[in-house]
Amino acid sequence: MSDLPTPESIGLSREDLPNSYIGRSVPRPNVPKLVQGLATYTDDVLLPRMVHAAFLRSPHAHARIAGVDARATSQVPGVLRVFTGADVAKVCDPWVATLDHLKGMKSAPQYALPLERATWQGEPVVAVIAESRAAAEDGVAALNVAFEPLPAQLDMETALAPGAVLIHPELGDNLAFTRTAEKGDVAAAIATAHKVVEATFVTARHTGVTLEPRSILADYNRAEGTLTVHHSTQAPHMMQGVFAKQLRMEEGQVRVICKDVGGSFGIKVHVYPDEVAVAAIAKVMGRPVKFIADRFESFVSDIHARDHRLKGRIAVDAEGKILGFDIDDLTGIGPYSVYPRTSAVEGNQVVNLCGGPYDFANYRCTTTVVLQNKTPTCQYRAVGHPIATAVTEGLVDLAAEALGMDPIEIRRRNLIRDEAYPFTSPAGMRFEGLSHHKALDTLLEMVPVARIRADQAEQRKKGVHRGLGFASFIELTNPSPFMYGIGGARISAQDGATVRMDPDGSVVVLSGVTEQGQGTEGILRQIVAHGVGVPVERVRVITGDTQTTPYGGGTWACRGAGIGGEAALQSAIALKQQILAVAGAMLQAAPESLDIRMGQVVDKGSGRERMPLGELGRIVYYRGDTLPKDLPRELVQTRHFITKDYPFAFTNGIQASWVEVDAETGMVTLLEHWCVEDCGRVVNPLLVDEQVRGGIVQGLGGALYEHCVYDDQGNLLTTTMADYLVPMSAEMPDMHIGHVETPTRESLLGAKGAGEAGTAGAPAALMNAINDALRPLGARVTEQPFTPARILRALGRI
Amino acid sequence: MSMRVEITLTVNGERVTRSVEPRRHLVDFLRLDLGLTGSHAGCEHGVCGACTVRVDGEIVRGCLVLAASLDGADVTTIEGLSDSGEVADLQAAFVARNAAQCGFCTPGMVMAAADILRHHPEADRAAIREHLSGNYCRCTGYQAIVDAVAQTLEARR
Repeated sequence: MSDLPTPESIGLSREDLPNSYIGRSVPRPNVPKLVQGLATYTDDVLLPRMVHAAFLRSPHAHARIAGVDARATSQVPGVLRVFTGADVAKVCDPWVATLDHLKGMKSAPQYALPLERATWQGEPVVAVIAESRAAAEDGVAALNVAFEPLPAQLDMETALAPGAVLIHPELGDNLAFTRTAEKGDVAAAIATAHKVVEATFVTARHTGVTLEPRSILADYNRAEGTLTVHHSTQAPHMMQGVFAKQLRMEEGQVRVICKDVGGSFGIKVHVYPDEVAVAAIAKVMGRPVKFIADRFESFVSDIHARDHRLKGRIAVDAEGKILGFDIDDLTGIGPYSVYPRTSAVEGNQVVNLCGGPYDFANYRCTTTVVLQNKTPTCQYRAVGHPIATAVTEGLVDLAAEALGMDPIEIRRRNLIRDEAYPFTSPAGMRFEGLSHHKALDTLLEMVPVARIRADQAEQRKKGVHRGLGFASFIELTNPSPFMYGIGGARISAQDGATVRMDPDGSVVVLSGVTEQGQGTEGILRQIVAHGVGVPVERVRVITGDTQTTPYGGGTWACRGAGIGGEAALQSAIALKQQILAVAGAMLQAAPESLDIRMGQVVDKGSGRERMPLGELGRIVYYRGDTLPKDLPRELVQTRHFITKDYPFAFTNGIQASWVEVDAETGMVTLLEHWCVEDCGRVVNPLLVDEQVRGGIVQGLGGALYEHCVYDDQGNLLTTTMADYLVPMSAEMPDMHIGHVETPTRESLLGAKGAGEAGTAGAPAALMNAINDALRPLGARVTEQPFTPARILRALGRI
Repeated sequence: MSMRVEITLTVNGERVTRSVEPRRHLVDFLRLDLGLTGSHAGCEHGVCGACTVRVDGEIVRGCLVLAASLDGADVTTIEGLSDSGEVADLQAAFVARNAAQCGFCTPGMVMAAADILRHHPEADRAAIREHLSGNYCRCTGYQAIVDAVAQTLEARR
């Protein structure tokens, strides 16, 4: 027992062992209930005396709230009560979303419902509580709120100009955060380069469009002084702390329960004022209050993201060696930084990630993060990655064009060598081990480049314009406290798992990471089955309850497998050792001579079955009198895991996109898409592959269709799914996924994150493919989304 | 909104009578009045397909049909479809292919896919994609869903 387990000793990625589940495509246990409509989302939860909230939202981008007249509302059948900002503020404190390590960052206090001013169109202003959601909406319609419109600051380009409307005068200006990373001598590199090319890139304002809208059901029990919140969230323990702090309660008085979650993508890891208001109202009313955002509310009040304008330059020598990147990023984040992760992180990520796949010496990147009167932005799937990848890979392709070099060749000459690790990037990111060249080689085995180029040339003759584009990328996963904790946020980077064996020999794992469809519970089941030595069917997984699961961060930033999975593996191995100690006493054998395979205690050497776990459980739980008095027999173990050597476990990959652009209509048809990614140890290829595909589609959607469009008064024009277009099955191509596995040595499991790789690289690969198609026509697009109108404008057709 | 309409209809083979507000749409009726929470309200303007149910043999958007108009109708939801065993093979294929992630779209997706099995047994991948193009899934890349439907069609041939 004294030998520390190694990946080899526990048989990771070996499919020839019994109960060897890591690396196998085991179906998820959650899916049968999903396909039969038997899941439990927050809106499916009904409680006695439950009431419903609806919100009056600001119709103006910026307005003074001169008065709230609720007399007519109180006459509406079913309406019980109306809450203004002042009402809620009596029991709920405001918050300020800054992080100490983001030097100079500033934001203003945000109340659950504003006291004096509304600062974006869609901000919740007044809550109406009624017996049904319909009655609450009737009540909202009957409200008479006097808004005095104020000039709005909408354009991020003018947010810092003299005369700009100050969103929060007490802050002095609209600058929330700025940071420059600098390494080497960019000016000299540009002055002496063989070629310097530059371009301006725009990534459109997006939102997540989780199919299940934001949902909360808060229940305050006056007798116990406890708040129980059923919440569609990625981070139950974080929200427990937030509700406690804002409502002036002890954390132990708050329980967050999160059953099935209908998609998250980062949207559901933030603190939303309407949700905090609902919890506060539940506390005041002493009864359950439910709020389910409708789709209009989702568009105006879910966080937006990716509203960036980047001016970039790349310098290369005559051989195509990258000498440096010089990038200026500007982003508008709405009127408040979003609590508690802040809205400066996306811009900060752009600074951290630009140029990421490449070995070059000179770097300068500045992000400028400004306030404006639009919906607040914050972290959304692949935070900053698609932005940094678009500017980096867009510039690399432009450099290749200027040099007359093949896009594959320029990448091969500049990607960080696979033997170069550990490696620190010019932006200061530390890479433990990446595989850019192996990933490129693997991609080229999958993409029939010669055939595609021949087809491309043939089609050109017929006036059909096809293009092939590539994008290498890095992805930040398994974040340590360096992401949020060091900045003062109560966001856990560690995570825990408790694994126990019940009398029948079945195993239960309770984990602090959460399930929103990624397959968290599926991989935890596999890992624990593997670690203990039981069939997967004998393992049940419990997540999403702060009262029963070990404290943890939840699922975001691609940490579920890497952090939560490792905690589960370690606790499973500890439980196995404990079981074998008991078995040794029962069988009069040395525990080291025994093993557990498919739920049976066996002789390690011969594999001979000695005892089923159900029999061991029967003795331990019902006939403990027959065991030696001093024998420890706690068949439950808890382990927590946190990364220690690297702030982040970076992953890498490369994508290729093959498209057709109709020069007459500007329409882009996606023909085929490839992605090779390296997320370290793959626990379940079936899950990883479709998660990567989903990520690709989310990236392609953003690059082709999705855009939160505002008018010049700050009204959001895209508030239905008929206006904000999302990718549907008919437009999406078949996608081919390949893997390279470079396990992290920080953990036994070796898993890194996989959920954001697809989104990180897809927009850049698509942009480069479109521009490859347009190149002979003398056109180029760099502003997302690549709509038909923009492509036709680039072609000079309109 | 005090006016109400009495309707009697068949839902998943069971006769139900309820008094509903004229504004009550079908998916709210199913979820709130009958406790059939398998159908989901995703957008309530007929785009996302999460509320897809079968009415008199044809799939409809539950959010675009008023319950008051359904006196005498025959409604099948994901619960009834599952209980009947009509698409047990399709559901097994969804499980095997991991064609559901968060699952919020899945009941509507299964209802729409069941419609392919009934009416378009010869559908190829492109036809499957076209038929499912009114059902939004944010999690999967659609490919696993198309795979599951194609595999089921193939197995039934």
